[in-house]
Amino acid sequence: MIIVENLTKDFNKQTILKGINEQIEDGERLVIIGPSGSGKSTFLRCLNLLEKPTGGKIFVDDVDITAKGVDINAVRLKMGMVFQHFNLFPHKTVLGNLTLAPVQTGLMKKPEATEVAMELLKRVGLADKAKSYPVQLSGGQKQRVAIARSLAMRPRMMLFDEPTSALDPEMVGEVLDVMRDLATEGMTMVVVTHEMHFARDVGSRILFMCDGAIAEQGTPDQVFTNPKCERLQQFLTSISF
Amino acid sequence: MGLSFLSTPPPGWEEGFLFDVYRGLIRGNGWVSLLEGLGITMQIALGAVVIGVALGFALSLMRISKSKILKGVAAVYLSVIRGTPVVLQLFIWWFVVFAATGTTRLWVAIIAFGINSAAYVCEIFRGGIMSVDKGQTEAGRSLGLSGIKTMMFVVLPQALKNALPSLGNEFIMLIKETSVVGFIALVDLMRAANLIMSGTFEPVVPLFSAGILYWIVITILTQLLTLLERRLRRSDNR
Ligand SMILES: Nc1ncnc2c1ncn2[C@@H]1O[C@H](COP(=O)(O)OP(=O)(O)O)[C@@H](O)[C@H]1O
Ligand SMILES: [Mg+2]
Repeated sequence: MIIVENLTKDFNKQTILKGINEQIEDGERLVIIGPSGSGKSTFLRCLNLLEKPTGGKIFVDDVDITAKGVDINAVRLKMGMVFQHFNLFPHKTVLGNLTLAPVQTGLMKKPEATEVAMELLKRVGLADKAKSYPVQLSGGQKQRVAIARSLAMRPRMMLFDEPTSALDPEMVGEVLDVMRDLATEGMTMVVVTHEMHFARDVGSRILFMCDGAIAEQGTPDQVFTNPKCERLQQFLTSISF
Repeated sequence: MGLSFLSTPPPGWEEGFLFDVYRGLIRGNGWVSLLEGLGITMQIALGAVVIGVALGFALSLMRISKSKILKGVAAVYLSVIRGTPVVLQLFIWWFVVFAATGTTRLWVAIIAFGINSAAYVCEIFRGGIMSVDKGQTEAGRSLGLSGIKTMMFVVLPQALKNALPSLGNEFIMLIKETSVVGFIALVDLMRAANLIMSGTFEPVVPLFSAGILYWIVITILTQLLTLLERRLRRSDNR
């Protein structure tokens, strides 16, 4: 469980996150939507401390991860993150991408890590690409590898920052399918996305962010069929799905 | 060894350009001293590049570290080394620092050029590290790798690959720059040519011979470097 208390974040004296309060339960599939520049990525990146919060507190399983002396790496072990631009390691094979962190963090020995990696690659349908290098993959394949790479660390929660935004349209589906599978298995997920169908089908709760704050939140039904705040109504018409 | 048995010019070589070639390269075994000089040149450049790469690598890590002290030390180093002529540095190492230590001229030259080169190598490595996308570090860290392990296993392998061609260039530069070691009486290729010239009072043959030797070595290395770059680029889009 994650509890966010009055989270703020400044960049160069400019306040980007303006006091966010949120509670994310285990097994939830929280989908964050909102216009570009509203602070969605920043919020997500604060959750695993890729950005250092300016103010407020974040509790992960009752541990305040913003406190001094917290082992950031240990916190991150619990949370996988998938990026818009995949960020695969180009100098490693697909298999090497998956085994690097489990082995180097001491989570697994090489043979076990390899076995786990192959299993995951099978799951995302890319077992035959184990020996390939990232440049040899399509965008959709890259993102599936990136998801598998995060899963190799056996995280309890997955953060996705616009995982399909950099993909050609015909590749979006294959990545969303993998994410759907994860959701079905009960993985706790926080997903920033512009894929509204996905948000509606898979999300257990939707957050609408606007100007560094959560402007509205609720079940997919509430948010999509019955939006209250005007900005959300505008946003939903503007993306017209 | 050599062709010193030719103590008189071979028939037809008694005058003109051929005589100059004879007295410059053959009579006093000039060609041998040129090749020996080239050997010294290459030893200095190779030794210096090894020191330069090791020290330059350490400096680049200091420069990107969070410690103000390490950053400061590296900045002063770069500023001093790059702000003064390499010949001056060579003199200071030879006539001041190592003056009473009995260190050989060759070693002093290697150290002087190595320490000089490190300043430039440092910037090559730093550029290589900076050229690695920020997303790589974020991916590494988000997987739970420490900052150091992310550096070692994610950033540096890519940075070194990016830096390799520039390091090759630095070696080529060093070969040319070492031509001033004659100032501390080391007989490198340049100095060997100079000695022949002052023995025969004939400049064309020794100077052009030295020039051709430098050119051959550097051209071969440049070609190898181009090949290497092409290989690296190919592995980028394999
Ligand atoms: N590292 C940064 N430095 C300065 N400004 C930033 C940085 N990251 C994000 N911002 C700013 O914060 C705002 C929110 O960005 P972001 O969280 O990426 O929005 P979103 O993901 O919703 O599009 C933007 O105005 C962006 O310019
Ligand atoms: Mg974003």
